[in-house]
Formats: sequence, C-alpha cells, structure tokens
Amino acid sequence: MSIDHDEVAKIAQLARLNIEPAQMDQYAENLSSILDLVDQLQAADTDGIEPLANPLDATQRLRPDQVTEANQREHFQKNAPSAEQGLFLVPKVIE
Amino acid sequence: MHNKTLAELAQGLKSGEFSSVELTTHYLDRIKSLDEKTNAFITTTEEHALAQAKQADQVRAEGNATALTGIPIAHKDIFCTEGIKTSCGSKMLDNFIAPYESTVTQKCNEAGLVTLGKTNMDEFAMGSSNESSFYGVCKNPWDLEKIPGGSSGGSAAAVAARLAPIATGTDTGGSIRQPASMCNITGLKPTYGRVSRWGMIAFASSLDQAGPMAQTAEDAAMLLNSMAGLDLKDSTSMDQPVEDYTANLNNGLEGLRIGLPKEYFAEGLNDSVKAAIEASIKELEKQGAILKEISLSTTKLSVPAYYVIAPAEASANLSRFDGVRFGYRCEDPQDLMDLYTRSRGEGFGDEVKRRIMIGAYALSAGYYDAYYKKAQQVRRLIKNDFANAFNEVDVIAGPTAPTTAFKLGEKTSDPVTMYLEDIFTISVNLAGLPAITVPAGFADGMPTGLQLIGNYFQESKLLNIGHKYQQATDWHKKTPEQFA
Repeated sequence: MSIDHDEVAKIAQLARLNIEPAQMDQYAENLSSILDLVDQLQAADTDGIEPLANPLDATQRLRPDQVTEANQREHFQKNAPSAEQGLFLVPKVIE
Repeated sequence: MHNKTLAELAQGLKSGEFSSVELTTHYLDRIKSLDEKTNAFITTTEEHALAQAKQADQVRAEGNATALTGIPIAHKDIFCTEGIKTSCGSKMLDNFIAPYESTVTQKCNEAGLVTLGKTNMDEFAMGSSNESSFYGVCKNPWDLEKIPGGSSGGSAAAVAARLAPIATGTDTGGSIRQPASMCNITGLKPTYGRVSRWGMIAFASSLDQAGPMAQTAEDAAMLLNSMAGLDLKDSTSMDQPVEDYTANLNNGLEGLRIGLPKEYFAEGLNDSVKAAIEASIKELEKQGAILKEISLSTTKLSVPAYYVIAPAEASANLSRFDGVRFGYRCEDPQDLMDLYTRSRGEGFGDEVKRRIMIGAYALSAGYYDAYYKKAQQVRRLIKNDFANAFNEVDVIAGPTAPTTAFKLGEKTSDPVTMYLEDIFTISVNLAGLPAITVPAGFADGMPTGLQLIGNYFQESKLLNIGHKYQQATDWHKKTPEQFA
C-alpha cells in the first residue's frame, strides 16, 4: 500500500507534526514500505478471534476516588517552557 | 575490580576488601577515561554517586547492609530520576529534569545501589541499533564501527565495557535482549506487569517492561529481586508474590523439556549464529534437557502486528509532548497550532515521527478495524501459539537475533530492514512472556545470544537455566580487548 504527499500531510496534521516539504518524499516512501509490511496481517484468518489488548487479559485495577497526592504545581512547572502565576503560557488563542 | 561480577563485588564489599566509595570511584574513573570510545552514557552523576556510595558505606558500618548495598548501577535514560536530567534519548527532553523518581530507580535506591549515570538509547526506545539517539550513536565495545543493538544499547555497552557492573533496561520489542546479545551480556525481559512501569517514559504501554542487564544470570537474578513487585501506581502491575530469584539458580536441568521452534532456525538466520546457538543448546542437552522441535507458526505475523500496535500506542503516549507543559518548545511560535507542530516536528527525530504517523494512520477513522483491531486479533493468535507450545515443553530456545551486530549506518536507510532484526524477540512482548538472553559464543568475531522464553512468571526457571549454562561455559566472561 503506498501513500502520497497529500496523505502524508494529512497524517502529519492529525499528529500535530511539522514535516519539512523537502522531506515529504522520504516520509511517503518510508511510510509506504511500513504499510506494506503491516499489510501482511490481512492474510491471517482472524474470524471470531477476540482482540487482545492486555497480554495477560488483565482488567484495569480501580482505586477509591480519593486525593492521595499533594499539589506540586510549582515543582512540576519548573520544566515548563513558559509559565507565570501557576499558568502555562501559550500564544494568544482568543481574539 | 571491574571484571568481577555483581555477586563477587557484593562479597568484596561485605568482606571489607573495598568500600563502596572506592568501587564507585573506580567505575567513575573508567567512564571518564573510556566512555568517549563507546558513548554509552548520556549523563554521568558523579557527585550524586559519591554521596550515595558514602551513604552505603555508612549503612554497612551500622550493620544494615543488604545484598546490593553500595553496588554501582547505570540506568537507562528512560527512567525518571528526580533532580537528574532524563532525556529518553530525545531533543524533546534535552532540558527535562525529572521532578519525581520512577518506581524502578526508587527501588534500586532503596536497595542501596549507587547510580553512576544515565545510559544512551534509541530516541524514545524506538530502534534496534541505538542510532536514533539525539546524543549520537553508542558504539559496540567489541567493534567500535558496529552498533551495540537497541534500544537499550547504552546499558548493554556499559556492562560489556565494564563501565558499570549492572544496568537497567527496558524491552518493548527486544530492547533488552537484542543489545545484550550483541554486546555479550545477560539480559532478562520479565513477564508483562512483573516490574512497575511507573516513571518509565512510555512508548507502547501494553508491551513495555523493564528488566535487568548484567554479566551473568546470577547477577540478573540479584537485580531483579530489587526491581520486581506490585506497584499500585502502575495499573498494569501484577499482584504476584516476588520470589527470591536466586533461590533456584542451581537446580539441575534433568528432564527439562526445551522446545525448538522451527521458524526460529529458518531462512534469515545467519549460518554462523545458527552454529553457535545449536552448540549452546547441545550444552543444555548434555546437562539432561530433552529437546523437541515445535512450531510457532505465527512468528512471521509478529513484526507486522507489532508495527501497528506499538506505533498506535506510541502516537497516543507521545501526544503529551506538546511544547506547553514540559520539554522542547520551538522558537517564536506564530499561533498555538504552529507551536504544537513545530515543537513536535523539531523536537522529535525521524524514526519517532514515522512511528507516530503510522500510529495516527492506523487509528484514524476508516482504518481502525483493518489495522488496529486486526493486529490485536493476530496478537491473540500469537499468544495462543505460545500457550499451545507450553502444553508440550517447559521453555522455548532459539537465537535472540538473526545476525550479530551490524555496521553503523548499514540499515538506517530502510526502516523495514531494521524492524526485521527483531523477528525473534517481538512475539514475546506481544504475548507478554518472560525471556532471557545469555552469551552463546562468537560468530565471525562478534557475540551471539541464546534466547530462552518461559511461561508467565517463570523468570526463576529462565535464570536457573541461564546460570547452569554459565556454570559450564565461559562466553560470559569474555571482555572486549580495548576495555580489559
């Protein structure tokens, strides 16, 4: 299965990834060859087979809905590219 | 000192032959003088290590030392270590100082281990050669023009070059076993859920598992004792009692039924590697094991299934890197969309971007059933294949990788060629089983690894077989000349 530039651009947009125009050919080629590999799955007979999400078929463990951690906002925000007064700063989003 | 195993070093500390400060200084000096050859470390934590070593000596003086107190260790740079840069091999996290400690490193710290530093790896653990690291390729100590394997290439190279006696690694599709095999060390991928994933930067959450990398199976068992166990902070952590993994190391192999999947010895396997693996299996037979040919007919489907499931999970996990809360942000973003797309476009390398895009594609409207659901159905077929095999045999043996380490740059142009490197390791992750690799001799001058796959929570049996094999062979004692 091969995908073209338009599809690469669409997937990149979905994934919020900027791909340089000069790299489009390379990405289209590589992604196509990965999809060729993946298409080998279609030959497998999986009629009536239950999908496997957790290898041990384990289900999600739940815990009581209680606060167990102290608020460490300032500590965690030390890694933020831009933060002020406890808020993350981004370019203006509302006109 | 550095050619001693963990078990021997622990004895040396106990008997007072050397202190943890002396031992730690010795390894730090080796890293300083030798790591420029291999590039196994992204970060060394000298000051931190010496403080931990001093503390360990203090604990010992007070009579409170345990098995691992004062032993140095290197951690893969995928584990969050509080106050220490945690990059995951990516430009995206080049400026990230972890604000908390992962469960694995926390448990290592509590056991008295001394952190020498953080090891090199493929970016976000995506790779089989360590070539996708933002910090430059790590080189194989056995041949500096070759790859060490990946993604835990730095950890494997560090132990092989004796820059650390033990290391942690993670394995999503073979990332502990393949580099361990290529660098002539022992590596164990535990059962999914055996070791906590909390604070381990997520790649593919239904496959990721941390494990020990060491010179010997005995050393791996000692380290696993400190890593394993239920952790309520990881919802997939399993509530299974932790055994003493050193307890059964010396059990005899008489009557052990070993399955040899014909698919693991077929086309694609290098002839010299095949010869080494067959000789190592003969050794197990000599010790009383019974060999039986089996079939794992889904083997060829494992790589395609993996390259849907792992990228799909990665595309979800890596959406957290948004240039807003932590990590890399592009210069001068024009608007929010520009901030997202350029921060991610510039912060991630090509292999990571490819996998995110494959994942986004497989999960997108109209393709979900054909790719993601289909891959999960095949995943169950793979699990069933193993379950059937374990009705007939106790463990499964074969090569860890189809070739020995290849030349730097040899397989970077076509990602699919690189993916096929993991043909013998990937199905184990899809099924969630434990597997170990032990040094199995050399093929054309480069190390090979014998892989042993066990049933769920049979780590103890795998370590036992690895140990018995190492009692009869000395491949694991061979060290690369330049690092003697």
